[in-house]
Amino acid sequence: MSESSEGKRIRVLIAKPGLDGHDRGAKVVVHTLKDAGMEVIYSGLHKTIEEIVKTALQEDVDVIGLSIYSGAHLPLSKRLIERVKEEGLTDKLVLVGGNIPHRDIKTLQEYGVAGIFSTGADLNSIVEFIRKRIEGKNE
Amino acid sequence: MSKPKFDELKEIILESGIKVRPVYGPEDIKDTEFDKAIGRPGEYPFTRGIHPMMYRKRPWTMRQYSGFGTAKETNARFKWLLEQGQTALNVAFDLPTQLGLDSDDPRAEREVGRVGMTIDTLQDLEEAFTDIPIEQISTSLTINPVASVMLAMYLVVAEKHGIPWDQIRGTTQNDILKEYIGRGTWIFPVEPSIRLIGDMVEFCSQNVPKFNPFSVCGYHIRESGATPVQEMAYAFEIATTYIQEVLKRRLSIDDFAPRIAFNFDIHGNLWEQVAKFRAGRRLWAKIIKQRFGAKNPRSMTLRMIAGGGGGGLTIQQPENNIVRGAYYALISALSGTQTMALCSYDEAYTIPSKKAALISLRTMQILADEMGLRDTVDPLGGSYYIEWLTNEMEKKIEECMEKVEEAGGMIKAVESGYIQSEVSRQAYLQEKKIQAGEIPKIGVNKYVLEEEEAQIEFHAFNPKVAKEQKRKLKEIKARRNSQEVEEALQALRKAAQTNENIMTPVLKAVRAYTTLGEITKVFKEVFGEFKEPVGL
Repeated sequence: MSESSEGKRIRVLIAKPGLDGHDRGAKVVVHTLKDAGMEVIYSGLHKTIEEIVKTALQEDVDVIGLSIYSGAHLPLSKRLIERVKEEGLTDKLVLVGGNIPHRDIKTLQEYGVAGIFSTGADLNSIVEFIRKRIEGKNE
Repeated sequence: MSKPKFDELKEIILESGIKVRPVYGPEDIKDTEFDKAIGRPGEYPFTRGIHPMMYRKRPWTMRQYSGFGTAKETNARFKWLLEQGQTALNVAFDLPTQLGLDSDDPRAEREVGRVGMTIDTLQDLEEAFTDIPIEQISTSLTINPVASVMLAMYLVVAEKHGIPWDQIRGTTQNDILKEYIGRGTWIFPVEPSIRLIGDMVEFCSQNVPKFNPFSVCGYHIRESGATPVQEMAYAFEIATTYIQEVLKRRLSIDDFAPRIAFNFDIHGNLWEQVAKFRAGRRLWAKIIKQRFGAKNPRSMTLRMIAGGGGGGLTIQQPENNIVRGAYYALISALSGTQTMALCSYDEAYTIPSKKAALISLRTMQILADEMGLRDTVDPLGGSYYIEWLTNEMEKKIEECMEKVEEAGGMIKAVESGYIQSEVSRQAYLQEKKIQAGEIPKIGVNKYVLEEEEAQIEFHAFNPKVAKEQKRKLKEIKARRNSQEVEEALQALRKAAQTNENIMTPVLKAVRAYTTLGEITKVFKEVFGEFKEPVGL
């Protein structure tokens, strides 16, 4: 099952930063991770990075997943990673999904994004990726 | 080899849950009375189309979505599209504008001009329509929670062109309920948002009679995951919610129903879509006549824009989307749409490039002029399968509408998140079926090009747009009469707090070059903001 080695269920925050209203993908991921046995918190639309970091802290999540379709994935991801570092939350796994051009993947990885899942990504691969990274980390 | 028996064939179940048999015959529609259920085009219940001659008289209106960056750039694109034979405009606004934020708002950072044109004040819309013959075209403004402001700006621009309001043709999208379900540009809570729509309908019925104050969008609900049945059913529940709001204002149904417009999606199974529209026209006519007691036949007609279906397009092998677009155009024409707007082939990942927009326009023109689509009205009418499927779709749409009523009606169903949850669950099931290969998607789960790298090219974002826009905003704030602005905002606040129609004070504010953000702020202070239900 989707538990970390301490026996607690994996907790994930799926967040929609900025003004972009495309939430179909984010919601499909929420359903997918819930069905895989994870605890999932969905932020809702129009959140600032500040609000997302605050929720991640309050909810003590293991994973923060940003869903971005507006084309602003680079600045938004960069700011999230900076804030995560400032808050000392470097153990959090940061994922980015949405309309992500291939050429931006390397930049996102350099920022510190652990996994990038573009439109049409295999849903199982998202589940597997999170399990492997979170369960592996605690071993 | 012997012929396979029916029960050995693969089962076909449409997205709407209807099982399809391999062959249909007269027995399947023996209870369908021609006069009552099918009838002639242009006659109640309008199953076959809302005009007697449909495209024989005039082809569908062609209206591609466009607008980006500054008002000046958008103006150039509008002129180009009109020169190419487009007959109407469909205006895209950037997200800050759609959410009532000025370009100098911190939340607007890096979004100014990104997905559409940016509007801070009347000046921007004046520039966008410079030298455009407003009296000859109809303009669709894709804007929702702040539609009242954009309507006011458009009216003032027309006035400055010397065009009386009763000559203005166009539409504000202004369907807030679907924004809570999909698309996501909402600001205020549900009830006051619907009141704003009521104010606009009341104002237009008295002052701008050729304008459609709202266009109910099944489209975005389907794009968010809904089945074709849910799309139509939720759209009708939304439309009747607005009707009830307007009826509170002592207008009769025939005073405004002829101006109700719809926007629908086209992707998916060809026959299911065609039947969806035929069933929808019939059911809508019955609702308006029987439930609301309309007398004017024009009130009973389901007028629509269709042709788009971004959800059916793929990022993989994007040129295939040109072919999909042509089929969508065909489906729209067979469905009897009034206006057609195709998704451009690059729409899966960006707003349309010039090349893509032209291909879409030519696709519609080829269909209208070369293929005989305009020869005769509703050529599929009378087909055993189509008439049977139309009947089945109508039953399903009615059932789905009843479920919304059981959930307390559309307002409650949206506030509680019931609809959002139904739609996102459907999106999830659909995605799982595509990933499992149960629903074939060419280039995605069938005939995949292994070496292909997704070619996502966004419309180039130009940070200079924001800089220039902020400079203009500062300049106009310095130049305008600040006392006039202050008075207009006070009048607006008073109207928002009471039940005075907000359109008069909004017009006053717009004329004084009050910004969109300043007007929105007053609404926010009076109405509050929507709290999104996030449990799925």
